Amino acid sequence: MDFSLFVVQLLNGLQLGILLFLLASGLTLTFGIMDFVNLAHGSFYMVGAFICATLTFATGSFIWGVLLAIPLVAVVGLATEWIVIRNLYPRDHLDHVLATFGLILVFDTLVQIVWGPAGIVVPLPAWLDGQVTLPGDIVFPTFRLMIICAGLLIAGGLYYLVNHTRLGMLIRAGASNRTMVGALGIDIKTLFSGVFALGAVLAGIAGMLISPITEASIGMGNEIIITAFVVIIIGGIGSMKGAFAAALLIGLIDTMGRSFLDDIFKIVMSSEAAETAAPAISAMLIYILMAVILAVRPQGLFPPKVR
Amino acid sequence: MTEQIAPKEQSAQSEANTAARRSRRLPPSTLIMAAGLLFLAIVPPLAYFTGNEFWLSIFTRLTILSIAAVSLNLVLGYGGLVSFGHAAFLGLGAYAVGIPVHHAINGEFESIATTNGLFHIPMAVGVCALYALITGAISLRTRGVHFIMITMAFGQMVFFAIVSIETYGGDDGLTIYERSSLPAISLDNPLTLYAVCFVSLLLALYLVHRIVNSRFGMVIRAAKGNEERIRALGFNAYAYRLLAYVISGSMCGYAGALLGNFTTFISPEMMDWTRSGELMFMVILGGAGSLFGPVLGASVFLLLEEVMSDFTIYWHLPFGIMLILAVLFVRGGISGFADRLLGAKRDD
Repeated sequence: MDFSLFVVQLLNGLQLGILLFLLASGLTLTFGIMDFVNLAHGSFYMVGAFICATLTFATGSFIWGVLLAIPLVAVVGLATEWIVIRNLYPRDHLDHVLATFGLILVFDTLVQIVWGPAGIVVPLPAWLDGQVTLPGDIVFPTFRLMIICAGLLIAGGLYYLVNHTRLGMLIRAGASNRTMVGALGIDIKTLFSGVFALGAVLAGIAGMLISPITEASIGMGNEIIITAFVVIIIGGIGSMKGAFAAALLIGLIDTMGRSFLDDIFKIVMSSEAAETAAPAISAMLIYILMAVILAVRPQGLFPPKVR
Repeated sequence: MTEQIAPKEQSAQSEANTAARRSRRLPPSTLIMAAGLLFLAIVPPLAYFTGNEFWLSIFTRLTILSIAAVSLNLVLGYGGLVSFGHAAFLGLGAYAVGIPVHHAINGEFESIATTNGLFHIPMAVGVCALYALITGAISLRTRGVHFIMITMAFGQMVFFAIVSIETYGGDDGLTIYERSSLPAISLDNPLTLYAVCFVSLLLALYLVHRIVNSRFGMVIRAAKGNEERIRALGFNAYAYRLLAYVISGSMCGYAGALLGNFTTFISPEMMDWTRSGELMFMVILGGAGSLFGPVLGASVFLLLEEVMSDFTIYWHLPFGIMLILAVLFVRGGISGFADRLLGAKRDD
């Protein structure tokens, strides 16, 4: 196994982990504070990617595309909360799941009506499109490195927001006792809308960041949202710290499994058997990990203390 | 939707009332079921003999999906366990037909290579029972939203596992070149296939009816209402639920084996988590916790799919909107609505 390939895959895993964190943080925020399960969270990921694609072509710059798309995704998030989600808070989880499943269908079809059935590849500016050489002669795509940096910055910002600002204090207070926060004169409805929009924006940013690598496509959120669920299950639903740790863990394990599992299997079995078994096992790896962790700790690695 | 049934006392009382009324006249839900089954027994063969084979195939799909929905209803409606991974059972059941047939035609794996339906069906049921036992043992340690997400994740695990196995077509799916061979009957005849599916649906309904009215089913339903109390009474709720989950999974696997024989083409797409969502939609729309509700839900689902997809390629949009509206405004599904409409007094 070649060392530079190993480091490159490590960075790829980190990059996937960062994207997963952007998705999972929104999920865990809305669940933690509002006790709301949002299957349609992946739709914001998709909507973000498509809006960013259109704006990138309109302005001719990916960076402007992202910056202008963020407020638009926030508006989509607020509108969704206002029209549908708000009415669901008092309902049980089953209702949340069904209604947001309906939302997914609505979003997927609306995107298909607006942007057509084909995916859109988002072009990168030249300075992001190349590769950089890192210490140790490791060549890594510039853009992926930028995703990692941007994600870490956002994670840092989120940490500051939740732990060191007044808004963050309200969020934490809301997560431990909603009724009491309301009784203390905080406009809980506005707080909920704000947190929901924040989650939507985070998911949207993840979608914008991935769109130059894969492409903006219909249903792109439906696959990754399950992985984001696995992340928050492993991390402990409602826990920000857990979401971060589990996202990186899942990103790394998934990427490393896909790249190196066949080599590991070849040590113990024939190469033919290894080549058949490895893809299947590596596709299942994160779910097996989830099962093992749940068997030991049903509440996840970092369950929130007060619930 | 659980609130309606949650207070156990009320529900028990309403059951007592229903029982009292039953001596005089049948409750509307029983009448609807009788009418529905009569319809399914008469109309599809009639469609076939009048040359509308297309409609027979729609009804065949309906009965198969109904069996899957009925099986999901056992855990979701009666047990309150929101399983979001039931499409995986459907898929596993179908592949339990597809894989042996594939080997029977293309060689390798002599031990399972057969087109014998008497092997396929126990295989489908057995594999699903085992899968349900393992995943259920883990998922059932958790509650509520955890359970939803974990069953979903396990379903997705099976999806990705099948996608990554190139031998069985991976993403592209697998064509079943020969249907399961059964003694005395041929599934190649569409009418015979329908008859098999219809009888299977009857058996599934009967089985679920017997289960929920047995002592076992009583514990399952009671654990939904108040788990603490059931534990205090000395029942191991976990074990009961696990068994219910295994029964439900096996039944859904059987439906999967039928589905494989019906479509003769299977792909991982049929166990995508959105398929599980559709199954849940059928159960909830039809009325969770009512025996015939899932069949009604499946009928509405297929009708919407057929009618709206003729009308527009964007049929998912009205479908999604309907789903949201149904959750927001319709309680108790079609069965509950029909009960209210037909004047059965409910206590809630």
